[in-house]
Parts: sequence; C-alpha cells; structure tokens
Amino acid sequence: MEPILDIKNLDVKFALRTGTVTAIDNLSLSLAKGERLGIVGESGAGKSVMGFSIINLIRKPGYIANGSIYFRGEEISRYSEEEIRAIRGNRISTIFQDPMMALNPVLTIGTQMTEAILAHMDMTQEEAERIALEKLAKVHIPAPEKRLNQYPHEFSGGMRQRIIIAISLLTDPDLIIADEPTTALDVTIQAEIMDLLIELCESEGMSLILITHDLGVVSEVTERIAVMYAGRVIETGPTEAIIKNPQHPYTQGLLKALPESRTPGEPLYQIPGMMPTLTDIPPGCAFNPRCPMRGEICITKRPEAAFADEHTGHMAACHLVSGDLAS
Amino acid sequence: MFAFTVKRILQALFVMLIISLLGFSIKHEFGDPIRDMVGIQVSVKDREILRETMGLNDPFITQYARFLKNAAHGDLGTSFFYKKPAMHVILSKAPATIELVFASSLIVILISIPVGIFAAIKPRHWFSRIAMGGSIVGVSIPVFLTAILMIYLFSITLGWFPSYGRGETVDLWGWHTGLLTADGLRHLIMPAIALSSIMLPLFIRLIRSEMMEVLETEYIRFAYAKGLKKKRIWFIHAFKNTLLPVITVGGVQLGIMLAYTILTETVFQWAGMGFMFLESVQRSDTTLLVAYIIFVGGVFVIVNTMVDIIYGLVNPTIRVSGRK
Repeated sequence: MEPILDIKNLDVKFALRTGTVTAIDNLSLSLAKGERLGIVGESGAGKSVMGFSIINLIRKPGYIANGSIYFRGEEISRYSEEEIRAIRGNRISTIFQDPMMALNPVLTIGTQMTEAILAHMDMTQEEAERIALEKLAKVHIPAPEKRLNQYPHEFSGGMRQRIIIAISLLTDPDLIIADEPTTALDVTIQAEIMDLLIELCESEGMSLILITHDLGVVSEVTERIAVMYAGRVIETGPTEAIIKNPQHPYTQGLLKALPESRTPGEPLYQIPGMMPTLTDIPPGCAFNPRCPMRGEICITKRPEAAFADEHTGHMAACHLVSGDLAS
Repeated sequence: MFAFTVKRILQALFVMLIISLLGFSIKHEFGDPIRDMVGIQVSVKDREILRETMGLNDPFITQYARFLKNAAHGDLGTSFFYKKPAMHVILSKAPATIELVFASSLIVILISIPVGIFAAIKPRHWFSRIAMGGSIVGVSIPVFLTAILMIYLFSITLGWFPSYGRGETVDLWGWHTGLLTADGLRHLIMPAIALSSIMLPLFIRLIRSEMMEVLETEYIRFAYAKGLKKKRIWFIHAFKNTLLPVITVGGVQLGIMLAYTILTETVFQWAGMGFMFLESVQRSDTTLLVAYIIFVGGVFVIVNTMVDIIYGLVNPTIRVSGRK
C-alpha cells in the first residue's frame, strides 16, 4: 500500500552563531493510511523538530538541509510557502503540547475555529460555524452552541485540549501530528484525551503521529513505534515487538525506567547520564557513554539500522543487532 | 463590566481627592490671597481684618472643606493677574493645547503603528534598521531643542512654516479652533511634530518589541500550523495582543505629552495652557498654578480611567474579573 507519509533521509540543521548543528540525522520513516505511529525519546532527541519539519514550521534558525518528505505521493518538502500553507491545518493538522498556550487569549473559540476552516475552504461564515459546532460535539464538549462566543480562559486545560483537537479535525485531515498532547494535563484527563484520539482516528480513518516521551502512553495508542536518540531513529518496529522484545539498550533502559516495571519497594530505575547536546554528540554510537553493553566498536563506528526481525520490520541501529558486537 | 466601570470611577474620584489636597496644601503654604487682592497702600491692620472676614485664619481642614465645596462647583479661585476665575482662564486656553495634543497623538498613532509592525515583521529590512536607529536619536533629543532646530530650519532658512503663534482661528460655539483654516493648520504642523518627537520613537520601539515577543508565542505558531495567511496572523492574531500593553502605556504617555506642551508651547509661543502655566510661575499667580495642577490632574485621571475601561474591552480576561 502506498504510504501516506514517507520521509527519506531527512537532515535538519540549526545554523547557530558557533556553527551548524544537526538536530535530525538521516531520518527515514513511513506511515500508512490510518496507521498510528509513536515517536518516543527523551527531551532533546529531536522528536518535535521532526514533527514540525513535516509542515515546514521548524523554529528559526532550523532548516531542512537534506532529504525529502513525501505526502500523498507529493514531495511537500519542496513546496513553496503558499503551497505548504494550503496543506497545514488542512490535510495535516497539529495538536500542540500545552493547550494553555496554543489558543490566542484575545480571540473567541468561534473565531479561532472558523478562521481555520475559511483559510482552506470556500464557504460562508454560517457554514463554517456549523462545522465548528459539529466538531466540538465530536470531542464531547457539552453545549457547544454556547462555546463559540467564549474565550480560552473560560475553559479548563482538558477542555482547551479538546478544543484544539476539534480545531485539528475541522478540515477532516489525512494526518494529525500530536506533539505531547497530554503532557500538560492531569493523569485522569490524559487517558480521556488518548481514548478520544484513538476513537477519532478509527472513525475518520486518519493517520496519527504521536510524539511523546511516555512509552506507556505510546504502547496503548499506537501500532508502530520509532525510538529516537540524539536526532536519529535507533529502533523501529511494531509496538508489541518493541515493548515485549526491545533490541536497543536505550529502548530497554526506557522500558525499565517505567514506574510500572519497578519492583515495589525498590527505587525507580534511571538510565545513567544525560542525552548529549547537539553540539557534542559522541563519535561512534551516540548512546555509547551511557550504554551498559558498550564494546570497542561502539566508540569508533556508528551503527547502521539492522533487522532484528525481517518479517515484522523490527529494526535497531545497534552493533549488538547487526552482529558486529558479541553480546 | 458595569461593576468594573463603577469601581474604576470610584478609584478615580479618590485620586482626584488626593490631588486636590496636594494642590490646596501648595496654595495654603505658598499663596497669599490678600497680596493678590490688595495694593501696597493697605495697612497691616486692615489686611488682618480682611484675613479674618475671608476665613483665612480658620483651621486647615475647614479651609480645605470650603475649597473642595467650591471646587465641586467648578470654582478654583481667582487668578490675581487676569482678575478672572482661574477656571475661565484655563478653559479659554484649553482648546489650543487640546488641538496641539490631538494633532501630536494623531501623528504618533498614524506613524508608530505601521512602522512598529513593519519593524517587528521584517527586523532585518533596511527600513526597519533606519527606523530603529532614528528612534534612538529622536528619543535622545529634548523637545525644546527639536523645536528650536525646526524653527531654524523650516521657518528661518526655508521659510516654509510660521515660527510662532496659532495663526488664524475660527470661533466655533466658544471654541477657538485653528483646525479649520489653512493658516491655522500651517501654524499647527511644526509644534505638533516637535511635541510628538519624543513619543513617536518610544511608541515605535514599544510596538516593535511587544509585537516581536507576541510573534514568538505558541499561539502564533499554532495559527501558522492551522494554515492561516500571514496577514491574518500578523494583523489579527499578533497585533491585537500587542495592543494591550500599548494602550496602557498610551494612557500614561498622553498625560506626559500634556506636560511636555509647557516646553513646546513656550518655544512656539502657542497660546495654550502650557504657555499660561509658565507665565503664571513667573508672575507667582499661585491660584492659577494650583487650578492648572488640579485641572491637568483631572485630565490625567479621566484619561487613565478611560484607558482602563478600553483595556477591559480589548482584553477578555480583565472583563471577567470585573464581572465577579
């Protein structure tokens, strides 16, 4: 099946005063129609940059240095500003991390919803309002008719995130990129929002890219996972395979660090050390200073992705997997 | 909104009470109404009798209460130089000053908003660089120097504009306006530009920095992610948020501009309140001075109260906290 999104050898760089740093290094990903993909990793792994590079909204001074992004078979990474604008919020919607910050405080919900429709579709204000009401009802907001004239500060965090999801649904997009959609919310509301996202993806046939640091959330929502570390995808495969049989020591560490996998009474596990900053990524495998299985080769040679299971497409970029390092 | 407005008005009245107390204290300590009224021939004994009958030996509080009662009726005493009620003198000078401040505000608003927005959107453009550099120069030169330089250049050397006075005015139901005649407008241009020379750079810089800050927020990024056109993001999403601090500062600055008229009006011999104030200082016309202070204080308070109410209209968060 033709993938809806296909990222090939993407490099994203940031031109800093001290030189250029690479935030995304030779990243390739593809996503089938209706598929839900999780992007997992610690802060600074390049997850959000990857998400925003798809709609060409990387913060300055970041830019796409290499590679291509195909969406529905078209190379959108070559699109002009006006062409990509027609895709943003229309075919590809984005859900932001912090619902308290993503809505404009001085405009009503109605304005912020209808303008997104009118930017892409030729219709009257009344028709746009009717769609807005329909989508508000879809994300289970009570009494939607009353909401259009209200301002963001009149809603709670969970309600605002529902509104943002409703905005992302306005134009019935093919793909939703959700960047840590529940990180800023209460745990109880997190589950509701995630259930809502799954429900909507299934009923509308939308694809979803869920960016999160929380492996627990990803395992419940997505069908496939890509684990990122220092700008690279270091392990990818079906969610079940990765959760049950992680190959990369980093993924193993992330799973071990989940509160659920701890023995009661024991302190929580944490991966020793910190993610390297983009300006000094170690040579060889970027994870080697923190890796419990480090060998000679890990310091000198960068591992390429190798199949752990050719049948399911489970891959990992680790010398242990490629067989260069005996375990 | 109603409760919010009432609260603001009550606060304004309280501030006016304090201003009047300060004004009255100045008058009580430094002014001598007997000296203002009588000549040198009147003996010390007669002066004392007059003082007693006028109630000037009463306690401070009694006199202040009397002053407040009169002030409430619009009577702020009599100017000893003009031999007329101080309020009448001020009101006869007010139109000239109001027209000057109005023209200057118009210049500030019409220029600072587009220039400020442009400099925020395109900070590296040559025009933005010139505007920013120029605004530093503008803000550093004192008003009276700008005024004198302008007179030298445009009146004396080039002869384009008259150097002093209001020119021909028209009587409009007791309001002498210079806005309706070509001559009056020609006289207005230079003083208005000179008066705006301090505020204009300040506002360009304020609007630019506020707008740049707003353009970096998450909701602007979300607006881009929604696929909105740039113009809508700039002028609806960003500018409306930029406006909030600008309105607040604008209210205060309008009052300061009123104060700067003292310099501008003096240099251009503009027959307004500022010019009158400086003259009354030289003549030790205490009653008129205090009346001016209270009048200008009142204008300050009214403007700032209006700004608060307008702010409430633009900012929905304020509106709700007022409703509670």
